Amino acid sequence: MELRIPDMSLVVLIGASGSGKSTFAAKHFRPTQVLSSDFFRGLVSDDENDQAASRDAFDALHYVAGKRLRAGLVTVVDATNVQKEGRAQLIRLAREHNVLPVAVVLDIPERDCVERNATRPDRDFGARVVRRHVSELRRSLPHLAREGFRDVHHLRGQEQVDAAVFVRERLRNDLRDRTGPFDVIGDVHGCRAELEELLAELGYAVERDAAGRAVGAAHPLGRTAVFVGDLVDRGPDTPGVLRLVMGMVGAGTALCVSGNHEFKLVKALRGNKVTIRHGLAETLEQLRAAGPEFTAEVRRFCDGLRAHYVLDGGDLVVAHAGLPEHYHGRASGRVRSFALYGDTTGETDEYGLPVRYPWAEEYRGRAMVLYGHTPVPEVEWVNGTMCLDTGCVFGGKLTALRYPEREIVDVPAHETHYEPTRPLRPARAARQLALTDVLGKRVVETGLMGKVTIREDRAAAALEVMSRFATDPRWLLYLPPTMAPTETSALPGLLEHPVEAFAGYAGQGVREVVCEEKHMGSRAVLLATRDASVGPRRFGIEGDGALHTRTGRPFFDDALGGELLLRARSAITAAGLWDELGTDWLLLDAELMPWNAKATGLITSTYAATGAASTASLPAAVSALHAATARGLDVSALLDRTSARSANAFAYRDAYRRYCAPVSGVDDIRIAPFQVLAAEGSTFHTRPHLWHLDTADRLRAADPLFTLTRHRLVDVTDPASVADGVAWWEELTAAGGEGMVVKPAANQTGAGRGLAQPGVKVRGPEYLRIIYGPDYQRHLDVLRVRNVAHKRSLAVREYALGVEALSRVAAGEALWRVHECVFAVLAMESEPIDPRL
Amino acid sequence: MLLTLTTTHTPATDLSHLLFKHPDNPQSFDTSVGVAHVFYPRADEDECTVALLLEVDPVALARGKGDKRQTRTLSSYVNDRPYAAGSMLSVALGKVFGTAMTGRGGQRQQVADAAMPLRVALPAAACRGGVALAERLFTPLGWAVEAAAVPLDPEFPEWGESDYLDLVLIGRLRLADALRQLYVLLPVMDGSKHYRIDESEVDKLVRAGGSWLPAHPERDLISARYLDHRHAYVATALDRLSELDASPPPAQDEAEVPAERTPLAAVRRQVVRDELRALGARRVLDLGCGRGALLLQLAEDPAFTEVVGVDVSAAALRIAAKRVDKLPDRVRSRVAVRQSSLVYGDATLAGYDAAVLVEVVEHIDPGRLPAMEQAVFGTARPAHVLVTTPNVEHNALFEGLAEGALRHDDHRFEWTRAQFREWAGGVAERSGYTVRHVPIGPDDPVHGPPTQLAVFSRAEA
Repeated sequence: MELRIPDMSLVVLIGASGSGKSTFAAKHFRPTQVLSSDFFRGLVSDDENDQAASRDAFDALHYVAGKRLRAGLVTVVDATNVQKEGRAQLIRLAREHNVLPVAVVLDIPERDCVERNATRPDRDFGARVVRRHVSELRRSLPHLAREGFRDVHHLRGQEQVDAAVFVRERLRNDLRDRTGPFDVIGDVHGCRAELEELLAELGYAVERDAAGRAVGAAHPLGRTAVFVGDLVDRGPDTPGVLRLVMGMVGAGTALCVSGNHEFKLVKALRGNKVTIRHGLAETLEQLRAAGPEFTAEVRRFCDGLRAHYVLDGGDLVVAHAGLPEHYHGRASGRVRSFALYGDTTGETDEYGLPVRYPWAEEYRGRAMVLYGHTPVPEVEWVNGTMCLDTGCVFGGKLTALRYPEREIVDVPAHETHYEPTRPLRPARAARQLALTDVLGKRVVETGLMGKVTIREDRAAAALEVMSRFATDPRWLLYLPPTMAPTETSALPGLLEHPVEAFAGYAGQGVREVVCEEKHMGSRAVLLATRDASVGPRRFGIEGDGALHTRTGRPFFDDALGGELLLRARSAITAAGLWDELGTDWLLLDAELMPWNAKATGLITSTYAATGAASTASLPAAVSALHAATARGLDVSALLDRTSARSANAFAYRDAYRRYCAPVSGVDDIRIAPFQVLAAEGSTFHTRPHLWHLDTADRLRAADPLFTLTRHRLVDVTDPASVADGVAWWEELTAAGGEGMVVKPAANQTGAGRGLAQPGVKVRGPEYLRIIYGPDYQRHLDVLRVRNVAHKRSLAVREYALGVEALSRVAAGEALWRVHECVFAVLAMESEPIDPRL
Repeated sequence: MLLTLTTTHTPATDLSHLLFKHPDNPQSFDTSVGVAHVFYPRADEDECTVALLLEVDPVALARGKGDKRQTRTLSSYVNDRPYAAGSMLSVALGKVFGTAMTGRGGQRQQVADAAMPLRVALPAAACRGGVALAERLFTPLGWAVEAAAVPLDPEFPEWGESDYLDLVLIGRLRLADALRQLYVLLPVMDGSKHYRIDESEVDKLVRAGGSWLPAHPERDLISARYLDHRHAYVATALDRLSELDASPPPAQDEAEVPAERTPLAAVRRQVVRDELRALGARRVLDLGCGRGALLLQLAEDPAFTEVVGVDVSAAALRIAAKRVDKLPDRVRSRVAVRQSSLVYGDATLAGYDAAVLVEVVEHIDPGRLPAMEQAVFGTARPAHVLVTTPNVEHNALFEGLAEGALRHDDHRFEWTRAQFREWAGGVAERSGYTVRHVPIGPDDPVHGPPTQLAVFSRAEA
């Protein structure tokens, strides 16, 4: 005997104690699929038969069942379930999760149950209990079907129980095996002529009957059209549209989900009482003219339409009014209603029309959702969903989306066939981020390193920085990764030296590296736009772009920052990069000089203060010691030490001073771009660094705001080349320079565990004085014990997250998808790591 | 860091006897803060100068310091502590010249008991409060103060002055008194101690200050700063000092807190609570609850059945949560705190009767206010929203607030009454709320109240 159960279902076993439910469940289901009340009694009371624990046991059982149903897993409840109240709770649970409840009754004679219980020493409750169960079951049986079970499988006697076989049935909305490609078409509303044009535009060959009427269409490449519903009403030729679509669906070249208008049409054709409005009158009139036979066909067709489809392995969902993720592939009245009508907030707008619940703004699902229902002037991606109803019948256009290509194809309406109740309005842009997009432990899937985990406490720490200090997330598309220093040098007087950096890359199989001068400024990310319209259009925000620090803070106030953005825009225009890169926005990684342009607070509170205190006190100590020496006291060791410290104090002050220059306006600012991060449709992390530096040089040629980054190529396997690289570093640092960054010349190298450090810094001894303190060279033995490994690991993870953010931006993904990566970088930066590395 | 002390007492070399340190014998002492060297740059009949040079090992300083769980910043490694005279030098002073501080003079007790001409030089004395503070501290004790602020960096005059003074004190005092005063006032000028203080600090203060502090006009300030503003310790110290002085116990230490602040905050909380009660709100959100001052006040009031405090700062919430944990069960069951952010949509904040944002909006960048508006008036959408913010017009009435200055470093803006009304009106219009305005604090006829409150009510509510 075949027992059919839907793919997503709650199977409720019903039978007296001793009827063999557990044995039956174990035979047909995996142990994890079966939730037994006895087991839960044991969990909450340590006694599987403690009836006093039943209430808690069922609480826990329902809780676990709820978790499983939410995940869409078949779940079997192994309890007697002979009482109506118990079953009602389970039915409610199934409904809550929009899965179908199925009852399986094990109808075993009372004496067999009693006999079986007798063999089990733990069941000493005797025949009376079994008798009660059986009688309750008897009373329940006639009503089970009406209680809300989708199917009731009644197994009479042991023989039927033994013969039963479960057959899992796919839900009818489950077309995951259909992989397309698809052409998903928005609301047609009786606009047959436009539909024919659109199909032709999409490459379909329209078939016609003897009368010249379109009765089908097929694509030479076997593509499938998918209609989002609302084929009917309002427009001039609803029968023509239906004839064409019914032909396509019949021939298997199209799929169609029901719209609310089809649903209502069916009711009207059935003779139910419906209000004839919103264009239904025209449809009924047109159908009358098309004849009763055709009308009957239409009724059958519309009545058979599903409310939504899950396609292409679950990656694509089509529903007339859209569908939140927890409804995908589910079946219930609620799911159907949402798919047909959407949800409303309970408010009405100034035209008296209901305000739609903005489910798409909150949508965070993996599947693309395509829908119609609410006409918009232009299509727009909202968190991976798109409304394709561009109001053809209202004089807009008829739109299709090619899937998986994500290409839009549309044809204009021939005329305004029907006056809209209110003007078409753009969907509210989904730029609001949800707390759940960033808070808590998070796992971000990156292309370069797979899953990257963000700890909950790090995210909590980053939330404050991001909320209170960072620039608007719509502008904040990237945060640069931290950079690890080279392994520690053992050379006298040095903590860092290029040899270790070169050897490190050689060890990773990177032969050619580029050494770039480390600028004495602040890390800056520059987002420039081609003109003022790009911000609102592409990023949903007014403005010309953004210039922010490595923690996302704006560099300057609006006036100065705005001026810099305009300069950047002109330079990019002059360099011809907009057209060359095919974009109207450009994201650059750069260094901004001088350091004090942003860091004055840090410099004065820490560096200058230390300099002031040390240069005030140490010379005085030296002269006191000189006076003591003149008196013939032996303080020579202390004098030598103090003189050295005094000299170090002045060297320390000199070291930070090199980074500072008065800033009174934009002309005192220099920006050294060293990497093009992203543009529309492209990232550049696989282009060699020389390309990036050459691009930066073109900006410099266009505007002296931009400055070049001096660099050298080094072959780490060639001793002469290495020596050349070392000599260059010595030259840079002898002049007081910060040092250099060594990067794989080819740019991103390796992936996963083999992902090479994107860059390694080799800082000069005078710069390190600022970081490690005036006298750090006296303590090198202690300072050499430093843990670079953790910083290196962090650097590659942040790099992978950064590249992921860029890839998502370039691909035009939803803001929250970009922001989760950007936020993750900031969260990682709150790791407690030696800040001197 | 260096301190020199000079006398022109005759014979000046008596100084070395009083200090118990031989003028021709440089000495070094290991102390808990580093190695203290004592030597005499000059020692003759006319003039004698002793130098105390404290050498601090900055590496050891950084290692021994701080909470290991806290993220260290660069300034935990590189800072002024090895150079600027402050609490560390005070510790060294106590260790090296401890006997002299007691006033014992050995064979020269008469010299020890008498005032002598003294000149103290500190080339880099940490002093948060500048020359004026040094004068307030030392002048009442009989010192002539010659002080100049050290510039942060002479090459960058625009950075201004550092917190260090090139300080010279000249006076006729008993040596023991001079040393005790320095012992107490060095950390007081600095305003921070290099270690965590405990109750033994009260003893130290009373011991070193007993002879001169009770009558000092800045006694309260000195006690508060010496004891790191730990109120319980400060109160104990002041009581004990008053007993020494036989003067009435002083009022609580609020010396450095502007008198206006605390009452206004309390008035604000009171007004907000009264408004919430008048609105009949039962379930209330405290958005930006900080450490929970308002939250706890609301929790105590049974008119509110559920009070949820959220804040973006995990650190502030930890403190709020600790305070909530101490509440009795009955009260605690009504309160919850959790982290959230007003620039992200948080669906768990939906469905409340009222939300209050007390002194919150002015901490949000103007560019992010629309995100806050969406999160509060869109996503959370309570029946009522109460927003308080400073009225910048009233700043003119605050003494000690420079013209054009804002009340807090982190304020991104402070609005006039008209600006607040304009913003509030826009929000109400866009979000379907009505709004009315309530002054908080004394309503000045020209400048208005110090705080302004807007009460938004959802139109259909």
